[in-house]
Amino acid sequence: MGEQQRPVADLTTDYDIMDPGFVRDPFPAFDEIRESACPIAHTERWGGSWMPTRYEDIVAIAQEHETFTSRGILVMPPVPGAAEGAYGAVAAPPITSDPPDHHWHRRLILPVFSPQSVAKYEQGTRDLCNSLIDEFIGKGTADAAGDYAQHIPVRVIATMLGVPLEMETEFTSWVRGVLEQGMTDPELRQASRMNIIRFFVEQLEDRKRNPRENDLITDLLNAKVEGAVVDDIYVLGVCNLMLVAGVDTTWSAIGSTLWHMAQHPEHRRMLRERPELWPQAVEELLRVYAPVTMARIVDHDVEHQGCPMKAGDRVLMSFPAANRDPRQFERPDEVDFEREHNRHVAFGAGIHRCAGSNLARLELRVALQTWLERIPEFELVDPSSVTWAGGQVRGPRRCMVRFPTVATPA
Amino acid sequence: MGSLRSVRVTVDSGSCHGHQMCAIAAPEVFGSDDLGYATVLIDGDVPADLEKKVRRSEANCPERAIRIVD
Ligand code: HEM
Ligand code: SF4
Repeated sequence: MGEQQRPVADLTTDYDIMDPGFVRDPFPAFDEIRESACPIAHTERWGGSWMPTRYEDIVAIAQEHETFTSRGILVMPPVPGAAEGAYGAVAAPPITSDPPDHHWHRRLILPVFSPQSVAKYEQGTRDLCNSLIDEFIGKGTADAAGDYAQHIPVRVIATMLGVPLEMETEFTSWVRGVLEQGMTDPELRQASRMNIIRFFVEQLEDRKRNPRENDLITDLLNAKVEGAVVDDIYVLGVCNLMLVAGVDTTWSAIGSTLWHMAQHPEHRRMLRERPELWPQAVEELLRVYAPVTMARIVDHDVEHQGCPMKAGDRVLMSFPAANRDPRQFERPDEVDFEREHNRHVAFGAGIHRCAGSNLARLELRVALQTWLERIPEFELVDPSSVTWAGGQVRGPRRCMVRFPTVATPA
Repeated sequence: MGSLRSVRVTVDSGSCHGHQMCAIAAPEVFGSDDLGYATVLIDGDVPADLEKKVRRSEANCPERAIRIVD
């Protein structure tokens, strides 16, 4: 697409979220916009959007769901015609829902994601991480993103949904088709979406013929709201979302934090010596390496902080930018496991706060702990060869590291 | 600031959206209901030795849903 090629004239009026330099490292651009006279930038590129960069503005937009609706939550405009056809009405509840329906769309899935409920995935996640490490620990080198991080969340979600783990490769390519390559390729985005929906249509048919015990899809199909069984289209939408929201996001967080740890022996040592820091270290890493940017559609013309926003305009909520605002966080670019004030919004804010956040934290902690136990010392092979995905979800896609082959016991 | 005092803590259920950062900072004081929203585990005053942790919870809640009453 030509749009990417034209150089950016002025970040506050012409930013390009797909610019290769921005994808690799968006933080200098966020800083420049945030400290300019115009901290809410605007661009005509990619269908046009607004991009606030201050914590306060981003959180306000997330919390004011009546003005900033979830009719469109992707950072790119919708694929023309995607809402028509057989499965055109399948959405991704609750992320694409607005009140009043959002309330029950979210309520039905919250119990499976409470801290108590997700605890049962800890041991399985640890076993999975260990088996991935077994594959490369003897080689002295590995792609921390592609050989490790990429395989963890997709298998956890497949287990949760009761769908075949052997389809991992397909699931990953469909999700990347929606959230990564498909951002600049609407045909691929639509084809990937249809692959996901067709797969879950079959899964729903299967559960209707052969209901299972303790099975999320069976339970959702039997769920009742105000006495009536929910529609299949809701269940399809939830399955679609769990795959799309649960895979790329968490994989990116695991990859970014391993990239960080590869370059910071002092942080590896700190966690080894003071394991009680783990929970807050995970929050701090989520703050600094927040992977997700979401969008909102303006409901009615408003003036927001002096910006004339029109009904239908797209507004990006860059949680990575919010989490690095020096007005909210002292020394925002520094990773500090002992930070006292950390109201980070990696998981968003307001009524759409990530429903899967307790699961995501568990996966991130277990993936890092298991790696650091087995591979306590490691470093990047070549910092300049690390590749990144960005735009909607930010994280490394290839991140080669090397380590001594006889790992010293911790 | 001087010596530790006991404080009371409440969660405004209207603005809590279940980030669970309170329970991460002070698991002795905050828990989660079946849906993941915060509950206060302590009846009455929070023991003085937990005050620091409770303050940290307040400083980590993105929705500013925690109230500390001295
Ligand atoms: C580190 C990993 C993750 C990050 C950073 C993340 C981030 C987010 C963010 C920012 C939102 C808010 C969306 C909005 O405001 O429009 C969200 C919503 C959501 N996430 Fe996550 N997520 C992660 C992992 C997961 C996982 C593992 C799942 C499990 C399937 C999940 C399921 C959901 C769901 C269901 C919602 C929609 C909630 C609603 O709209 O009420 N996420 N996530
Ligand atoms: S951190 Fe705040 S929003 Fe989150 S559960 Fe605790 S009180 Fe609720």
